[in-house]
Amino acid sequence: MKRQFLIALFVFGAFFGSTAAFANAATEAATAADPVAEKRLQKLSEELRCLVCQNQTIADSNAELAQDLRREVRGMIKDGKSDQEIVDFMVTRYGDFVLYRPPVKGITLLLWGGPVALMLFGLFALRGYLRRRASQINAEDKPLTAAEASRADALLKEIDQK
Amino acid sequence: MNRYFWILGGFAALVALLAVGLGLNPRDVPSPLVGKPAPAFNLNVLATPDKTLGPKDMQGKVWLLNVWASWCVSCRAEHPVLVEFSKKVDVPLIGLNYKEVRGDGAFDMSKMPADEERKLAFQRANKWLADHGDPYKLTVMDLDGRVGIDYGVYGVPETYVIDKSGVIRMKHTGPITPEILGKKIMPLLAELNK
Repeated sequence: MKRQFLIALFVFGAFFGSTAAFANAATEAATAADPVAEKRLQKLSEELRCLVCQNQTIADSNAELAQDLRREVRGMIKDGKSDQEIVDFMVTRYGDFVLYRPPVKGITLLLWGGPVALMLFGLFALRGYLRRRASQINAEDKPLTAAEASRADALLKEIDQK
Repeated sequence: MNRYFWILGGFAALVALLAVGLGLNPRDVPSPLVGKPAPAFNLNVLATPDKTLGPKDMQGKVWLLNVWASWCVSCRAEHPVLVEFSKKVDVPLIGLNYKEVRGDGAFDMSKMPADEERKLAFQRANKWLADHGDPYKLTVMDLDGRVGIDYGVYGVPETYVIDKSGVIRMKHTGPITPEILGKKIMPLLAELNK
């Protein structure tokens, strides 16, 4: 059992180690040529989604399209485009979906506001629950009414007589 | 009793949310290009490589732009639908061959000179159309995928419906099925050609 686990761990490590090495080899030469531009490319591509493997950024992904888009961003950096211009280039082609941080607007309100709304709902529900419980405990702590007291007395007497 | 009602209601809401959410196609990303002019290009025509074609040449016509490649598996599934379409409907269908060679993955592009890639791409595209039938009025060759980026192509096949003034009216990602053709594309073409 333990051996199987170790083998699995090894395969996992070897796989991810090798893809990382592969990505590095491709960018190493470019980084050496222009470290500032490469740093910008790295930062920008971490904000952009690869549309082929949708939960990866174009920095992480080795899909063909991600490589093409990195090349495109590299070219635009070389042409002296600003970060905003580069992001706009991507958005006009692929839509807001390409952004890992989509802008706040009508259609994304639920996305941005949803978690806050859920938390508020939870807090209200919690407050209601705590209040109800508190009033229940208060109710239990109240002194007995006259009728209850006389019934309790009667019951106690019954036990005593036995 | 009231409490069970709430739990059951919450559960039902969750099931409904997941049923809708999981039924959506995550690949179907709405294109920001719909309603915008088709991006310009000027690419070599497959049949006559010394000539070029661009959206400007199609001005005044309603036309379809279909992105394909011989290595694209879904294109093969879609192809008979397009062949059938081209026989029946008098709307020009233009093919955009996307990264015929470098998109394949079977070639080491760092070792292939540009003119060899070009030659191989034309050869492969021609052979594919000869084997499977050619529904296209013309096919243009986007060897490096640069035009594909302008059109926001991320999964071949993709199809664009472009109106007489050169505005993209619809984009479909993925293979065209007879159902999509009949329910979405044909009515739109009829409306645009009115």
